[in-house]
Amino acid sequence: MVIASRNPVHSVLFLILCFFNAAGLFVLIGAEYLAMLLVVVYVGAVMVLFLFVVMMLDVDFAEMRQGFLQYLPIGALIGVILLVELLMVVSGWYIAPGMLGEGSAPTPPVEQTQNIAAIGELLYTRYIYWFQVAGLVLLVAMIGAIVLTLRHKPGVRRQNISEQVARRPETAIEVVKVESGKGL
Amino acid sequence: MEAFFWDYGWPLIIMLFQSVLLMVVLLLIVAYILYADRKIWAAVQIRRGPNVVGPWGLLQSFADLLKFVLKEPMIPSGSDKFLFLFAPLITVVLSLAAWAVIPVAQGWVIADINVGILYVFAISSLGVYGVIIGGWASNSKYPFLSALRSAAQMVSYEVSIGFVIVTVLLCVGSLNLSEIVYAQQARGLAHVLGVPWLSILNWYWLPLFPMFVVFFVSALAETNRPPFDLAEAESELVAGFMVEYGSTPYMMFMLGEYVAISLMCGLMTILFMGGWLPPLDIAPFTWVPGIVWFLLKCLLVFFFISMAKAWYLVTAMTS
Repeated sequence: MVIASRNPVHSVLFLILCFFNAAGLFVLIGAEYLAMLLVVVYVGAVMVLFLFVVMMLDVDFAEMRQGFLQYLPIGALIGVILLVELLMVVSGWYIAPGMLGEGSAPTPPVEQTQNIAAIGELLYTRYIYWFQVAGLVLLVAMIGAIVLTLRHKPGVRRQNISEQVARRPETAIEVVKVESGKGL
Repeated sequence: MEAFFWDYGWPLIIMLFQSVLLMVVLLLIVAYILYADRKIWAAVQIRRGPNVVGPWGLLQSFADLLKFVLKEPMIPSGSDKFLFLFAPLITVVLSLAAWAVIPVAQGWVIADINVGILYVFAISSLGVYGVIIGGWASNSKYPFLSALRSAAQMVSYEVSIGFVIVTVLLCVGSLNLSEIVYAQQARGLAHVLGVPWLSILNWYWLPLFPMFVVFFVSALAETNRPPFDLAEAESELVAGFMVEYGSTPYMMFMLGEYVAISLMCGLMTILFMGGWLPPLDIAPFTWVPGIVWFLLKCLLVFFFISMAKAWYLVTAMTS
């Protein structure tokens, strides 16, 4: 429905529904912390911005669909790759029977620890360097966004507070003796 | 079959009963905080406020309800009909759903989940969709612009609410709302000073006072209360994103808004004011049941929220 509906706003709303369902799946496998985080971050923040942009841009999607079919080979290729991957995941017990134990081994039982405690323990001990690197990448992205958008135009006057505070009567005003009948 | 019923069916029935009970009580309370809001604001302006329907106007909210429900619903011809009617539903359902995890007294909670506070946060961050969809589906400039304004405001104040919640969580060490209240009972300033009966000092409003203020202001902005009522700035945007709405859909928006406000009151009570705990842990105070303390604290917070616009006006005029 995300790609099939005609109205772009409806597409975004269906995408939100999709995220919501993903959160529901997380709850079903017992990862309620991840589910809530998905809702807070993606549905609550990212998709709102998406919706903003889509609502305000007023894109004519029917026009964009004109040359749609020329991308069919690439799309089909990606689809086939995804299908193969899915099949490999599903048929994992057949191809490599030992793999099943690998996936579920490091997870502590749900009864013993809470979600957040388990995630925190892994994140801050085993994967601490990756965690730090992820933080650094985010920092770089943030600085990059600021650098890209911050530009000082020459014609714009900005407020300089220290300059304003440092003004004195001697520099700010000029006392002129005006003779009557003449003006300046 | 018998075992299946007792394992799954019976808890479901109990939970349904609890939910209906909570909703009825909540809606009754909302009817009266709406009345209280109008009365307080009237008293600030030296008016009388609603005083015709029932003794002292006590039945005013119910008269309004009847009037809204009996009016003819109007749907603008160019609007997206499904989304237009869906938006108020989202607002009401989400704000009611968040109450499911709020413990109103010891053990009185419908779903005592581990990520309770995060659940409330997630649900209240979804509330913005009611506003933005409603504004867009009306197919009109005024609602759309004001929906964008208020959505931007709600999204941005969510961040500060999140940070305040993180501070409280660091003090507690759990995301469970009941655990947060227990933590305010078990340790705190009163225990350090050696006066454990003075439990009002244990609550987080004192050690986290700046956070309390930040949360209060953010809650005002999150629920579009004055002085943050950009969504309904009457002088510029007619009536905000609900211009095209009338009768029952409009009432649902109002209802959702006031339930969200009461939710913020409940949240502040739990996070900073010790939930259902009595302020002094000695005899006459401990006899009062926890639900009464919870309600009293919620009403106190609501009074401050209601007075906030008066304070804002006074400071704006005198400065």
